[in-house]
Amino acid sequence: MQFIKNFFEKTEPLVQKGAKYHWLHSTHEGFFTLFFVQKDTSKSGTHIHDFTDLKRTMGIVVLALVPAILFGMYNTGFQHFKAIGELTSTGFFEIFIYGLLKVIPIIAVSYIVGLGIEFVFAQKRGHGIHEGFLVSGILIPLVMPIETPLWMIAVATAFAVIIGKEVFGGTGMNIWNPALVARAFLFFAYPAQMSGESVWVALKDSDKLVDGFSGATPLAQAAAGHINFSIADAFFGFIPGSIGETSTLAILLGAVILIVTGIGSWKIMLSTVAGGLVMGIILNIFAVNPFMELPFWQHLFIGGFAFGAIFMATDPVSAAQTDKGKYIYGFLIGILAILIRVINPAYPEGMMMAILLMNTFAPLIDHYVVNGNIKKRLKRASVS
Amino acid sequence: MSDPLFSKKNLKLLSDPINGSNPITVQVLGICSALAVTAQLKPAIVMAISVMAVLALANVIVSLLRNTIPNRIRIIVQLVIIAALVILVDQVLKAFVYEISKQLSVFVGLIITNCILMGRLEAFALGNRPWPSFLDGIGNAAGYGVILIIVGFFRELLGSGSLLGFRIIPNSWYIAQGGFYSNNGMMILPPMALITIGIIIWVQRNRNKGLIEN
Repeated sequence: MQFIKNFFEKTEPLVQKGAKYHWLHSTHEGFFTLFFVQKDTSKSGTHIHDFTDLKRTMGIVVLALVPAILFGMYNTGFQHFKAIGELTSTGFFEIFIYGLLKVIPIIAVSYIVGLGIEFVFAQKRGHGIHEGFLVSGILIPLVMPIETPLWMIAVATAFAVIIGKEVFGGTGMNIWNPALVARAFLFFAYPAQMSGESVWVALKDSDKLVDGFSGATPLAQAAAGHINFSIADAFFGFIPGSIGETSTLAILLGAVILIVTGIGSWKIMLSTVAGGLVMGIILNIFAVNPFMELPFWQHLFIGGFAFGAIFMATDPVSAAQTDKGKYIYGFLIGILAILIRVINPAYPEGMMMAILLMNTFAPLIDHYVVNGNIKKRLKRASVS
Repeated sequence: MSDPLFSKKNLKLLSDPINGSNPITVQVLGICSALAVTAQLKPAIVMAISVMAVLALANVIVSLLRNTIPNRIRIIVQLVIIAALVILVDQVLKAFVYEISKQLSVFVGLIITNCILMGRLEAFALGNRPWPSFLDGIGNAAGYGVILIIVGFFRELLGSGSLLGFRIIPNSWYIAQGGFYSNNGMMILPPMALITIGIIIWVQRNRNKGLIEN
């Protein structure tokens, strides 16, 4: 560690104002504070800070994502070897390494493009680099199908960072969750690569497929009316789907980390799940097709519901801020996600739409919650 | 009438609306049609020309009549003039470029309600002589048309891989032909047109700092 510190301290004078490499100053500061806690103190305004600054917070979220990432890699290999019928003859590590090699390029592209754009903007606007992209950069690969071409990931990441975030003023100002903006962009721009049966399992043209192979996700199966996945597989994650969303178990591990450290709001997670269950029960009661008959609790395990509820809806920037608002916000996400998923077959993943829609309404919810509180207290104050 | 035809003041009427007071990017008028007709370049160009013809002629006619139009019914008079001109343009389009006329569909008729026209008649033609009014109409329609053409250029290029119907991106690049490329379906949808206009506004304000509001 010492030599890293030495390096940054030695290079510091070079990026001061007027020095040769001043144009790199925010890059320098960004990496310095990534490795070491900021040594500068506030010059004005707030003087008391928690040690968990934005970089540490983001670090914990990334940590919480690690189970989902690792399982996503394993499942990529698992689905591949299952599809070509060599699952039993392939070792655990071989499966994992296959998935690792498939997933790493996607993560790399997302980080290089996203951070590159962030650095350019930070440099141009003369402020430090915000670390919001540390999490977005890993969330973007996790919500993509494994077979998404890399250049599409790059385009979507650029779109999410520029249109989803920088035009609003950068980290902390965005209206929508940037990772979901990236996914929604791909979903509408390149639907053929984002849905259907051939994008969820990594395969080459030369691979020989086993008889009866279908790459359809459980959601697509359910929408088509022939459900043949086991709920245990869906819970542990041995199903086709976007890279990080398949294993509810791995996501729950992440949820524990987020809740224990207080980074993710348990109120939003709880109310989202409640909303999903309520809508599931309502659909069960009025069921007219196999998808509506799907037991309501199974909705939590398939598709991106769990991933969205734990990692996407709780994004502190785009979610509702007030306590009461969080319950309303989460509950409506749950309701809308299941509603869109089941009723509209054109949008198999309702979770993305639901969260983006509620991101849009989060400030409005907060506005009414705060105003309601003001009114209540005014009433109490003017009794005498 | 002391001004020569192309005095500095008159030329400013032509050039101002193209950049500094652009009807779309600065005054934010006529957005609806700009989103609707720009999925391809050709309709965008035809729309730009149509608006230019209507706006320039309407400006001249209203300017000629400006001292005789009773103030209380001036809006309805302006509307009648615009509507008559729009119907003329629509008939010409139907006669000579029927295919594009079908693509533009209702949006030629909706030129009548385009805020740019009403705005220029009210703000300029009612208080100025015919020649400056004519230049003002041409200038504003050009400002509108420039944005339409820029948006149409990017939407057709990225959304359909062609320009004016000619294929720009080679067929062999497409995934279906064994390549890697795929058209961006979102460029065809109106939301992306709005975002494209937003980006144009962004770029314009970065180059022309005077436009940034406090």
